[in-house]
Amino acid sequence: LSRIGDELYLEPTESGLSLRAVNSSRSGFASFLFAPLFFQLYEPGSAGPETELFRCKVHMKSFLGIFRSLPSLEKSVGKCLILLKPRASRLVLQLHCKYGVTKTHNLAFQECERLQAVFDTQSCASRLCAPARVLAEAVVHFPPTLAEVTLGTGPGGKISLRNYVEDEAEPSKTMVTELWLAEDEFQSVAVAPGSHITFCLKEFRGLLSFAEASNLPLTIHFDEPGRPVIFTLDDTVLEVHLVLATLSDLQSNSQSPSTNGVSHLPAPPDDFADDLESYMVAMETSEGGSERPPSPTFPLRTPRPAESKAEEEEEEGAVPGTPPHKKFRSLFFGSVMTPGRPGLATTQEVLAEDSEGE
Amino acid sequence: MPFSAQPPASGERYALSASLDNARHLSSLLRAVHFQDHATCLATASGLRVTVEDAKCIQANAFIQAEIFQEFSVQEESVMFRISLSVLLDCLTIFGTSSLPGTSTALRMCYQGYGYPLMLFLEEGGVVTVCKINTQEPDELLDFDFCSTKVVNKIILQSEGLREAFAELDMTSEVLQITMSPDKPYFRLSTFGNAGSAHLDYPRDSDLMEAFHCNQTQTNRYKISLLKPSTKALALSCKVSIRTDAQGFLSLQYMIRNEDGQICFVEYYCCPDENITEAEL
Repeated sequence: LSRIGDELYLEPTESGLSLRAVNSSRSGFASFLFAPLFFQLYEPGSAGPETELFRCKVHMKSFLGIFRSLPSLEKSVGKCLILLKPRASRLVLQLHCKYGVTKTHNLAFQECERLQAVFDTQSCASRLCAPARVLAEAVVHFPPTLAEVTLGTGPGGKISLRNYVEDEAEPSKTMVTELWLAEDEFQSVAVAPGSHITFCLKEFRGLLSFAEASNLPLTIHFDEPGRPVIFTLDDTVLEVHLVLATLSDLQSNSQSPSTNGVSHLPAPPDDFADDLESYMVAMETSEGGSERPPSPTFPLRTPRPAESKAEEEEEEGAVPGTPPHKKFRSLFFGSVMTPGRPGLATTQEVLAEDSEGE
Repeated sequence: MPFSAQPPASGERYALSASLDNARHLSSLLRAVHFQDHATCLATASGLRVTVEDAKCIQANAFIQAEIFQEFSVQEESVMFRISLSVLLDCLTIFGTSSLPGTSTALRMCYQGYGYPLMLFLEEGGVVTVCKINTQEPDELLDFDFCSTKVVNKIILQSEGLREAFAELDMTSEVLQITMSPDKPYFRLSTFGNAGSAHLDYPRDSDLMEAFHCNQTQTNRYKISLLKPSTKALALSCKVSIRTDAQGFLSLQYMIRNEDGQICFVEYYCCPDENITEAEL
């Protein structure tokens, strides 16, 4: 979560404790939902008809500082107690360590509005599921500083990963890395052919490390370029979602095959190793001529009380025909998808304000 | 300035002369008190005491008793001088700081007296290095007037339990607050930093607690920047005794076992922070 944002949102719910983060440009959101069974004891407090369950946010660094050294934590800490004390304005974290030693941290918190991204995995055209290890081994080939990566589907069910190169970059000075994964490396592949998406690798890496460490398979839900990509991890007591905005593909309507270097490369034939040289030549000749559109933001809807019920479940976020969600779609696409013209000015307009309370 | 590379014959009269087969027995202890550039050395028949002070609030002493040395002789009742501790440590570790098993640096130390430099002869694997370090007039040392009869609260803990706590102290807090009490929380270390407050509680019946003699509830605050260097001594030690007197002066005594199993002591004395207020919850 710290790879996404600087603040940690804690939201106790009836279905568990949700820890969330959002990045500063509102183009990345992650949530970890720990079911009550994950805990030895889970008391979210009581919510009346007028009051909601108390939630707050704390500085990520302050929170992480308590769990600084994982190896020593594993050796010495028996259990951890988390108490939210609204009246004292303190989030209390108490670690019960060996030898009877108790470490109590009283963190200052800020009240906050509900942090919720609107997305719907059901409405995504493509879905991939792979063991985290497969993706981790693929991603290791890209430099740690790489900002964005493009995931694409090719013929024969192959999946490609390529580093995203800005179109202004000089072809002779950039290195392009592309790798292909066969369908059998994945646990399941249900993708729309010829689709691709470009998203922020740095934010994804954080989730990938977590998935690897917990040995959980990672599912990637994606759709058209510009629509968010959703990464999910599922376990009996944990549900993880990472939602990232993707670059929209402005030239998808244009005729010129070479204006967007990403979508028109031929997939390598099956005896790809032998044809490596001819493939490399093909890559070098494609050029990017379009202006890179700004990374689209997607709005975070803060539900008004009347609508809160409809948006409670993350999975059922997009019900066709419901006014709030149609609005979401047009807000999301309206600012960037103007056919034939490059993206809007780089000033990022905020598409949805936080409601008052901050 | 030419000088002989041979160590002086033992017939010559030196105010202080000492030999040590393994210089690490000295250097590791000196590192535990190395938070200022200069130190005052006092040599008596019982051994060597190296004192470092800061801000007129904190004093650290490293004791290396005569028995640790292979040879230790002091001609007068006591010999005292001020020296650069940084330079002394650099010389003692001139052959490197990594401790390969079986190799050690042998040391011979000679001091002719007032105004003379401290001479060090260091040998490892047949290579000899001679060092001459200038000495200065010793400073007046602080006297905390801390004696066992004035101790109000005393506990002895196994260092293992405190090491991590000290290494991870919230340095955004200006003070380290120490509470010692016959009642709960018994022994508590607290910090008040930017993120909030943190308390570390040690119960009196903990396995780490070797001795618990608290008669009165006392809460005192000490500048954390002054106490932080004591982490080095804590890391080397196996046990630590924590004592406070009626004025809130703090005494930390660390028992250190060297490579040969010999015992040495390092102690830290600290004044309480002047802006004392009631403990924050």
